[in-house]
Amino acid sequence: MSDHNSNDDVQPDGGRHVMTASPPGSSRSAVAQTGGSGRWTLVLIVLGAVAAAGGVVFLLSAFGVAPFSTFEVPWPDWFKASSSTIGKFGLMAFAVAIFVAVMALILLSVDRASKVPNWALVLGFLGPAGLMLAFGLLYPMLRTIRESFFDRNGANFIGWDNYVTIFTQSEFQIVLRNTMIWVIVVPIVSTFIGLLYAVLVDRTRFEALAKGLIFLPMAISLVGASIIWKFVYEFRPDQQGVEQIGLANQLLVWAGLDPNQFLISNPWNTFWLLIVMIWIQTGFAMTILSAAIKAIPDDIVEAARLDGLTGPRMFRYITVPSIRPALVVVLVTVTMTTLKVFDIVRTMTGGQFETSVVANEFYTQSFRQFNFGLGASLAVILFVLVIPVVVYQVRQLRLAEDIR
Amino acid sequence: MTTTPTPPVPTGDTRLATKPRKLTKAERRAVEAKSKLSSPWASGVAIILAILWTIPTFGLLISSFRPERQIKTTGWWTFFRDPQVTLENYEEVLFGSGTSFSTFFVNSIVITLPAVIIPVSIALLAAYAFAWIEFRGRGLLFVAVFALQIVPLQVTLIPLLQQYVRWDLNNSFWTVWISHSIFALPLAIFLLHNFMKEVPSSLVEAARVDGAGHVKIFFRVLMPLLVPAIAAFSIFQFLWVWNDLLVALTFAGGSPNVVPITVRLAELSGTRGTDWQLLSAGAFIAMIVPLIVFLSLQRYFVRGLLAGSVKG
Repeated sequence: MSDHNSNDDVQPDGGRHVMTASPPGSSRSAVAQTGGSGRWTLVLIVLGAVAAAGGVVFLLSAFGVAPFSTFEVPWPDWFKASSSTIGKFGLMAFAVAIFVAVMALILLSVDRASKVPNWALVLGFLGPAGLMLAFGLLYPMLRTIRESFFDRNGANFIGWDNYVTIFTQSEFQIVLRNTMIWVIVVPIVSTFIGLLYAVLVDRTRFEALAKGLIFLPMAISLVGASIIWKFVYEFRPDQQGVEQIGLANQLLVWAGLDPNQFLISNPWNTFWLLIVMIWIQTGFAMTILSAAIKAIPDDIVEAARLDGLTGPRMFRYITVPSIRPALVVVLVTVTMTTLKVFDIVRTMTGGQFETSVVANEFYTQSFRQFNFGLGASLAVILFVLVIPVVVYQVRQLRLAEDIR
Repeated sequence: MTTTPTPPVPTGDTRLATKPRKLTKAERRAVEAKSKLSSPWASGVAIILAILWTIPTFGLLISSFRPERQIKTTGWWTFFRDPQVTLENYEEVLFGSGTSFSTFFVNSIVITLPAVIIPVSIALLAAYAFAWIEFRGRGLLFVAVFALQIVPLQVTLIPLLQQYVRWDLNNSFWTVWISHSIFALPLAIFLLHNFMKEVPSSLVEAARVDGAGHVKIFFRVLMPLLVPAIAAFSIFQFLWVWNDLLVALTFAGGSPNVVPITVRLAELSGTRGTDWQLLSAGAFIAMIVPLIVFLSLQRYFVRGLLAGSVKG
């Protein structure tokens, strides 16, 4: 038998289960896999060695062991970027081709090598993802936590100073206050409107169209959405012969009021900004809640109706309790998204006029002021704020696994 | 209504209501008749909400076709009194020397395609391992990957950028591709794993008895069944990457040969915030691709959303 990699999953000790009697249908696969297995084993070993060597070089360079930390790769110009369209697409094709080749090599060697222990198999399937997550998420995370205790260049250890700065200086206190407003208002309002709308249009004739209209902002980039709303808030000075071009101010004028600098006059400008986020997230809330409402068993609704429940009372006593898990999911998800929102503030005000939030301030401090220490501690604050949600989610996952 | 099989009552599961129930035609008609009873007051509120949600986009869309002078002096609602249509704004924003959005549009495409293909393939492999290969510590590792979903990207940006600079790779497509691929993995693995688990294990067992190895099972048995799931996540990732600002701005912000359209649009809003003829047309050029993808594949997208989605 040449098919040596059919590991028996029932034996977790890694012992390979070699087929002794091949069913008739498997003859083709058996033939396909004969020959060359020794060479593939070699390929597998080489691949493993290359990955291991890469990991070692990375670790050495990451922890500043010379000479790798100053090691500069002389990339050819075409490799980094190209100014022509054809060049760009060529580069893209090149990248995809390389990727496909590497994946094919890994899979082929796992499939064809003559003796593949279970761990090598797992490594073949999980290795690429594992390497990337370790390099791109785990390691940077630890590094950022460390950096948050250092000064702006990452040279001197300064303890909790960055955090003290954030929590005591008034400009950062405003940032924290704004973030809190966003995180409280956006999830509640968008979930409420999403739920209301889902109930209102449920099982009506134009349901699909009605939902589509609310859902559409989900497809638009936050930058695009910000520009749409910036236009709504556009302000023209209140003078003779000057017409308002923004809808919001025109409405004020029609109502006989003075036009308002929506994005500049604080503290209300934060609320005008977070309306954009509500506008986007309501569609998400509506979709999830609508599916949950449709999943309420008809006999429950029917029974309640026979008991004389209608309208608001039906909503209060049947609909809301039945979709509670979905409500929690929506609230949590929207909270997470809102916490990290950066694009809206960046595009609409750039964080000026006391509208900045933690995610935006992180960007400004790190990549505009080049105060890496302060930027890192802002990122860590974001991270700490999501930890309870992570814990909650993991517990939910465990519950779900148990049910399964 | 009595013949309707009752769907399972939602549990605490985050993946609740993955399969909305399909009503038969007769049932739907019965339900529709019932809903006629709902008050006109309710439909009124629904219509007002729908209008409120549509009008901002509609206003900018109209404006993008109006001549510059008109946009800057009169509101878009006056368009209906005095309709003047031009494509000049689009021409200028696409090919004008100060904006040349056509270049950035190309950049967006070049960034997005590999940033969808790579993480989806890698996540498929990992999801397969988590779903169908038995090994020590599998549960713990999976929970770890699941938890990574929620880690804010901001936590990773400074060290990653420093690393890229050390390798002299910053401001290239490579860093943007790699970063997007990495950030997509936790959610992709989680979603695809859930879909893979739903494949009946008897199918996999049967293939195994036939002597198929893991690679063969992966390609021959699972892949065909997973097409909807892959489509769902791919759309998700496509929209995410195309619409992203933070990652592109951080890793490629300095290079006009690399930055995508969103970065340029945000920049334009900062430097030429009153040039509405450029901003309106530019915004719609940036939106057109995700809107087409979204409208044509909405079914898959909603499925992906319902399968539980939290993304950092």
